[in-house]
Amino acid sequence: MNLTLRIWRQPGPDSEGAMTTYEVSGISPDMSFLEMLDTLNEDLIERGDEPVAFDHDCREGICGACGMVINGDAHGPERTTTCQLHMRHFTDGETIDVEPWRAAAFPVVKDLVVDRSAFDRIIGAGGYVTVATGSAPEAHATPVAKPAADTAFEHAECIGCGACVAACPNGSAMLFTSAKVVHLASLPQGAPERETRVLDMVGTMDDEGFGGCTNTGMCTTVCPKGIPMSSITTMNREFLRATRKGGGSR
Amino acid sequence: MALATRTPGRSGPARTAPPAPPRGPRTAVGRFWRSTIGKKTVMAVSGLAMLLYLVAHMVGNLKVFFGPEEMNGYAHWLRTIGDPVLHHEWFLWIMRPLLLLAVVAHGVAAAQLSRRDLAARPVKYAHRKPRASYATHTMRWGGVILALFLVWHILDLTTGTVNPRGEAGHPYENIVASFSTWYGNTIYIVAMVAVGLHVRHGLWGAAQTLGAGSRTRDRALKVTADVVALVLTLGFLSVPVGVMTGLVE
Ligand code: HEM
Ligand code: FES
Repeated sequence: MNLTLRIWRQPGPDSEGAMTTYEVSGISPDMSFLEMLDTLNEDLIERGDEPVAFDHDCREGICGACGMVINGDAHGPERTTTCQLHMRHFTDGETIDVEPWRAAAFPVVKDLVVDRSAFDRIIGAGGYVTVATGSAPEAHATPVAKPAADTAFEHAECIGCGACVAACPNGSAMLFTSAKVVHLASLPQGAPERETRVLDMVGTMDDEGFGGCTNTGMCTTVCPKGIPMSSITTMNREFLRATRKGGGSR
Repeated sequence: MALATRTPGRSGPARTAPPAPPRGPRTAVGRFWRSTIGKKTVMAVSGLAMLLYLVAHMVGNLKVFFGPEEMNGYAHWLRTIGDPVLHHEWFLWIMRPLLLLAVVAHGVAAAQLSRRDLAARPVKYAHRKPRASYATHTMRWGGVILALFLVWHILDLTTGTVNPRGEAGHPYENIVASFSTWYGNTIYIVAMVAVGLHVRHGLWGAAQTLGAGSRTRDRALKVTADVVALVLTLGFLSVPVGVMTGLVE
């Protein structure tokens, strides 16, 4: 396959950036999108140009590091991570636009790499989970009902890639935050800090400069892990419950 | 969880003044109003209150199809609600500040949230795609249209200032007069379509915001919002259409 790429190039956090056009050839339909970019970068290095910077780590869809907006879609046309997106979903001769996540809370570091540490601070605001330390706990000491375990697991699947923020017209982190909040709120282990956790995480989410939710649902259409819209309404319910109870350490 | 690429020495929004978190309000109410979810809750509650009022208002308007005595009698009755405990018009004067409060709270929260939301996406994507539904992305402009309409509507049929007839105590005649002008009809029809679109996304959104949504209930909530929006718009629109077709004169 031969492709024309229009990629956002920005040398550093405070420099100007621009969409820059490149041609790549000899792309196999079996390559992943990142392998296609690797091919481009090899060309660029051979020519003595600066390679395109992008985040990646596991390349198997589980770490959430890779992320870019491809033709206006976070992670591209398939509902998966960019590393798991294959070139067979594009056509020979196509022009593909590649941009970084766009959000005030995710400043561009270089090219397609953005600083997502705002997510870490939201997680940090969640604080600890009270557990008895010492010898390994007795396996049956804390029963977890099957539906609760399923809900927790579904939300624990979030890999924090940030596609929800990138797709939301308001750059909102509600889907990410709700995945974390609902995950722990569903489990007995998360019960002691249930109120403070949601209030503190939502507070940090707001402080980081993410926008609010207007229920457009764009986040769920791009989430590679299928975190559902009901996650957000559940977090809203948790937030209102915690507010009524007057919790929160902020 | 993704590894986070940190930018040494470079600050994003929360990084400009790191360790000290912004000094937030201390009271629970203050914290609630400051949070995006709190403001959305205020919008949802005030929006639902206005919606209840609109449904009652729409049903009341249908009296126009039963002639001047019915309509004017209904308008008179509104002023006697609560009698003899409440004096003449007291009920209306209790409702008016409450509705005004709902409009102001809704509008202020909408404006503050919109500012935040726009600031959260400072750089737009070069590759733009059509997104979300029409009802969803007309919420802000639709809301502004509704606010402007509210002013027009009060000057038209409450105070009678801009009404061609504007006779107190004669709503039937004033309605016919207003809907006999092209501008009266145009403004009203645009606003009622805007109300329908706003309620279509808003009612479902309010359920989401208040935590009443769920996976199993989602379909039912969307259908409810669609039906309420459609009935509301058609009900309101029937009045100018009635006047235009000569059914009401
Ligand atoms: C004063 C003029 C108005 C303005 C500026 C306005 C603006 C807005 C905005 C910006 C939203 C949020 C949109 C979103 O979440 O995507 C909203 C939501 C809503 N509006 Fe309005 N609106 C107005 C009047 C009304 C009226 C008259 C009603 C009554 C039917 C109403 C009912 C609602 C409801 C129920 C919501 C959903 C709240 C939520 O999303 O949780 N609004 N409005
Ligand atoms: S590189 Fe790990 S999810 Fe894509």
